[in-house]
Amino acid sequence: MTYSKGQLVDFYTKMVRIRLCEESFVEPILSREIRCPVHLCTGQEAVAAGVCSALENDDYIFGNHRSHGHYLAKGGQMRELVAEVFCRETGCSRGRGGSMHLIDPSVGMMGSAPIVAGTIALAVGAALAAKIRNDGRVAVSFFGDGATGEGVLCESLNFAALKKLPIVFVCENNLYSTHLPIDEIRVSRKIYELGIPFGELSHRIDGNDVVEVHRAARKAVDLCRNGKGPVFLECLTYRMHGHVGPDDNIQGAHADIRPAKEIEKWRKKDPIKKLERYILKNKVASRKELAEIHVEAEKEVLDAYSFARNSSFPREEELSLYVHKN
Amino acid sequence: MSTKTRKLTYSLAINEAFHQVMSLDESVILIGQGVKSPWYVGNTAQKLIEKFGEQRVIDTPVSENSMTGAAVGAALAGMRAVVVHPRMDFMFYAFDPIINEAANWFYMSGGKASVPVVFWGVINRGGEQAAQHSQALHAMFSHAPGLKVVMPATPYDAKGLMVAAIKDDNPVVFIDDRWLYNTEGDVPEELYSVPIGKGAIRKEGKDVSLIASSFMVGESLKAASELEKHGIDAEVLDLRTVKPLDVDMILESVAKTGRAVIVDSGWKTCGLAAEISAIIAENDIRILKSPIRRITLPDIPAPAARSMEGKYYVKHPDIVDAVAKLMGAQG
Repeated sequence: MTYSKGQLVDFYTKMVRIRLCEESFVEPILSREIRCPVHLCTGQEAVAAGVCSALENDDYIFGNHRSHGHYLAKGGQMRELVAEVFCRETGCSRGRGGSMHLIDPSVGMMGSAPIVAGTIALAVGAALAAKIRNDGRVAVSFFGDGATGEGVLCESLNFAALKKLPIVFVCENNLYSTHLPIDEIRVSRKIYELGIPFGELSHRIDGNDVVEVHRAARKAVDLCRNGKGPVFLECLTYRMHGHVGPDDNIQGAHADIRPAKEIEKWRKKDPIKKLERYILKNKVASRKELAEIHVEAEKEVLDAYSFARNSSFPREEELSLYVHKN
Repeated sequence: MSTKTRKLTYSLAINEAFHQVMSLDESVILIGQGVKSPWYVGNTAQKLIEKFGEQRVIDTPVSENSMTGAAVGAALAGMRAVVVHPRMDFMFYAFDPIINEAANWFYMSGGKASVPVVFWGVINRGGEQAAQHSQALHAMFSHAPGLKVVMPATPYDAKGLMVAAIKDDNPVVFIDDRWLYNTEGDVPEELYSVPIGKGAIRKEGKDVSLIASSFMVGESLKAASELEKHGIDAEVLDLRTVKPLDVDMILESVAKTGRAVIVDSGWKTCGLAAEISAIIAENDIRILKSPIRRITLPDIPAPAARSMEGKYYVKHPDIVDAVAKLMGAQG
């Protein structure tokens, strides 16, 4: 499959929007203007952008604690994301969820939750609903390498395979489960092999190459729509910040626990730079056009901040709203 | 409205609820271990697969966490899902999807998405099944905000509360007791709901309020008949829903009788009986003519040996004794 200018520019735009939005959180986190735990996905944008670009609006995605990118890539509004991270009434979860609970069912962003692996089975259920209704929808479950330690993943892989459900399991392997490097949590680094015993098509791809991610996701989604799911994709990637907040802020040290050389190596594999090089080399778009995308994204971020900062916190009197739907 | 009523067992009343709701609403599905097998679910699921197909009546691998999560996810995606745990002891594997996810979802999404799911757990005890095949976990579920918990005592309520649980837009834990499956009662043929959160007075009385749910309602009624012979007129309350409790019914009854004896099939510490005691005491302790009594399981795991099961489980003579002592102490 060859990619049109429109598609490549769209991937680029999606990633730049996520990147600038993520980086905008750094200062307010450090100044304590933002209090809720924020897990930045800088460095992992290609997975969200590549996978979500292969989906239709009414396809389902479920995320985890690091889901700002998934939310934006699926079509969630940046204003409502920033307002939610600021815990304001105008946020996508009305300030009741914070950064770790992002939702917009109108664009198929069905929710995110920080219980590791907690939404994998939920995505399986959404795929089951799609299969029962035969409505052609596909579900995607985003989870990290840490989630491979949870039993519910194996239960879900088995059931999804057994019932041939239209679901793509997307493991974003960023090589760290909070503070622990992958070799300290698993015997094998080959996470994609988890799908194989269940007879699932399973691949490892370069999660920093948005074109490769999109190509694999497109294929996986097509298979799912044709009754040939599920598919397991392991996307190798790296987060450029700490597990939570801008750095691994252990006892206020503001230092990363990961080897500096390793971070440097991955900085060179930056997914946005990678696509940028490809676009310029193949003269898909000019430097000026790309710069314009940054300018537009920066404007969107500023607008989202002004929206969030001008929004009220949820009112104390409304503490008990939303315990039950009446 | 013509309401034809006939005798039906508790388990067939549940079965009828499924047949009727699933015929009316294509979005209702039943998922869980053993829906194909009477060994697991008695006759509560009979003829459902034949009528609605394996797409909507899904027998599953032994994977409680994922299967319960799948029910939650299906509910988020527009279905009304019932997930059955034929032994509720296994629901501990599913506490994450039940509490972390389903119970919290509507709140933490700021009201954007509700979870119309029924977590159906069967209390399945006795017969020397020991500690992991005997537990009644309603108090644990009742502790979590966002969940409703129902425990029908009669065939009428079993059908009506299952219908209400399925129609509710929120997660509802439906707990029944295998010991009730063969009890018969009047059940209307038509589809109806029993409102969640409303209890029922099963026998009026003026001397003492016996507050019970599920299997303990029958034991309390037996105890009330026995007590009548001793000149004690007990009122028997069937909670029907244990979360949210019908607080008005409880307080009105205790205000009338002045005595509260709470009979529960769960453990004592931090249990349902403790909660009801606190509600009564917090309201106005001066209405009490005597101390509150809790008749519950002891804080002990269920034993296997039949020589010990008899002492472990609450039966009507335990209630009679406790009430007689309470009234005696009053003179």
